[in-house]
Amino acid sequence: MLRFSIRNSSLNELKQTSKAVFCRFISSDNEGKNTKFSIKDETLDGRPLYLDAQATTPLDPRVLDKMLPYLTNYYGNPHSRTHYYGWETETAVEKARNQVAKLIGADPKEIIFTSGATESNNVAIKGVGRFYAEKKKHIITTQTEHKCVLDSCRALEGEGFKVTYMPVNSNGLIDIEALEKAITPETSLVSIMSVNNEIGVRQPIEEIGKLCRSKKVFFHTDAAQAVGKIPINVNEMNIDLMSISGHKIYGPKGIGCIYIRRRPRVRIEAIQSGGGQERGIRSGTLPAPLVVGLGAACEIAEKEMDYDHKRIEFLSKRLLDGILGNLEHVVRNGDPEKSYPGCINLSFAFVEGESLLMALKDVALSSGSACTSASLEPSYVLRAIGTEEDLAHSSIRFGIGRFTTIEEVDYTVEKTIKHVNRLREMSPLWEMVQEGIDIKTIQWSQH
Amino acid sequence: MSSTSSSRALVLSLYKKLLREGSKFPAYNFRMYALRRTKDAFKENKTLTDQNQIKACIEEARENLEMLQRQVIIGNLYRTDKLIIEK
Repeated sequence: MLRFSIRNSSLNELKQTSKAVFCRFISSDNEGKNTKFSIKDETLDGRPLYLDAQATTPLDPRVLDKMLPYLTNYYGNPHSRTHYYGWETETAVEKARNQVAKLIGADPKEIIFTSGATESNNVAIKGVGRFYAEKKKHIITTQTEHKCVLDSCRALEGEGFKVTYMPVNSNGLIDIEALEKAITPETSLVSIMSVNNEIGVRQPIEEIGKLCRSKKVFFHTDAAQAVGKIPINVNEMNIDLMSISGHKIYGPKGIGCIYIRRRPRVRIEAIQSGGGQERGIRSGTLPAPLVVGLGAACEIAEKEMDYDHKRIEFLSKRLLDGILGNLEHVVRNGDPEKSYPGCINLSFAFVEGESLLMALKDVALSSGSACTSASLEPSYVLRAIGTEEDLAHSSIRFGIGRFTTIEEVDYTVEKTIKHVNRLREMSPLWEMVQEGIDIKTIQWSQH
Repeated sequence: MSSTSSSRALVLSLYKKLLREGSKFPAYNFRMYALRRTKDAFKENKTLTDQNQIKACIEEARENLEMLQRQVIIGNLYRTDKLIIEK
């Protein structure tokens, strides 16, 4: 008892000191001054709200419930053919494969489990590219793809491939006619994402699929942000390869899969050598608990898609109406109609995005993709859609998911309005705008 | 007739149990979701008349209740600070 209380109090002490140090670090400028706003009061009163559903989603308790038996008692290697332990996990893995396949209208044999969408994108682009390299050495993608797609393409460029990085329109969508012109007899693969991770726009997947099929070019789509959230059918949409991620659909992290069409057959050069699991495309023992989790997440996503979508649409509208109705000079990045409502990317003119994120410490938000959130550079996606430098620096992505509540949205709206107004009041540029000066006409002196 | 009235009592009891269990989730978002999802699901299926469909729904609710009971225990084992809007 005594030991417990000592430990408890020293823990509290530790918390107190770290809090003090943290606050001093942040508010050192304000010390001694009587300022109305203090980040100290705003931050550590509780855990922040989570509004970053594009970075990752919480593991659904229903999914965890299905995974736990395979993290405890059923530990067999799903590839062991000689005993019961192997058979029972194999059965679970195959059930998961069926669940994933059903969600996207595929055959279970066309699903290959990987570690996530990044690996799937690597397998698709490098795998198809290298397999058909002797005859075809051209790949088409867009400038707004996820980093792992762009980097895989760069790697192929180093191997002598030609890659076309298609520009997108100012609403974030690709131009189908331009794509048609870009396809040559040399082209082996077109890789275009379904839903953009930063601005949420939905590319015209069906039209792209139709076009690629007619030109006999393979079509890969990174659907990490789309599967389970919007209806996707690989046959209706003529998708040949598709990347899926577990942790974007309330499943576990570290699991994903790639859909690879069998008719007409898409062939792939494996990246990883090994025991030949997953039809030789992805060697390595399958993480049965994670695979079971992905399967469960897909089944729930299929069942809940309409319910979730209605709810997310409602919350999305509430957030947009709240912010746009109370603040001027706010720009929504990406097409407002052809987009997934759970991803809202807004630019607040005359506010520095990072300052706003700092002020909104009690809401977990991001200025763009999590992979690049350490960099202060403006997002390449926003630059690709032609957002001006100052607006690209002031963007914030609001991610709404299955577990977001009305209260969380209202709180976020209220805090955003408060802090945008506060930061603008401190900005000399904002003062000039209020006086009616057009900032763009100012000739800033060059030194 | 007696079978419908007994299934009605069963449905009501399951509904109450699900709400009671869901409200025990320590994590704010899971708690709110469990309550909202339960209420919406029962509202949606209120007008069901097909006995087989009703049976299937009751079975699903039972499974969900067991899942909730297990997950509430796990949630309580790894608690976090409360969210800022809960305070």
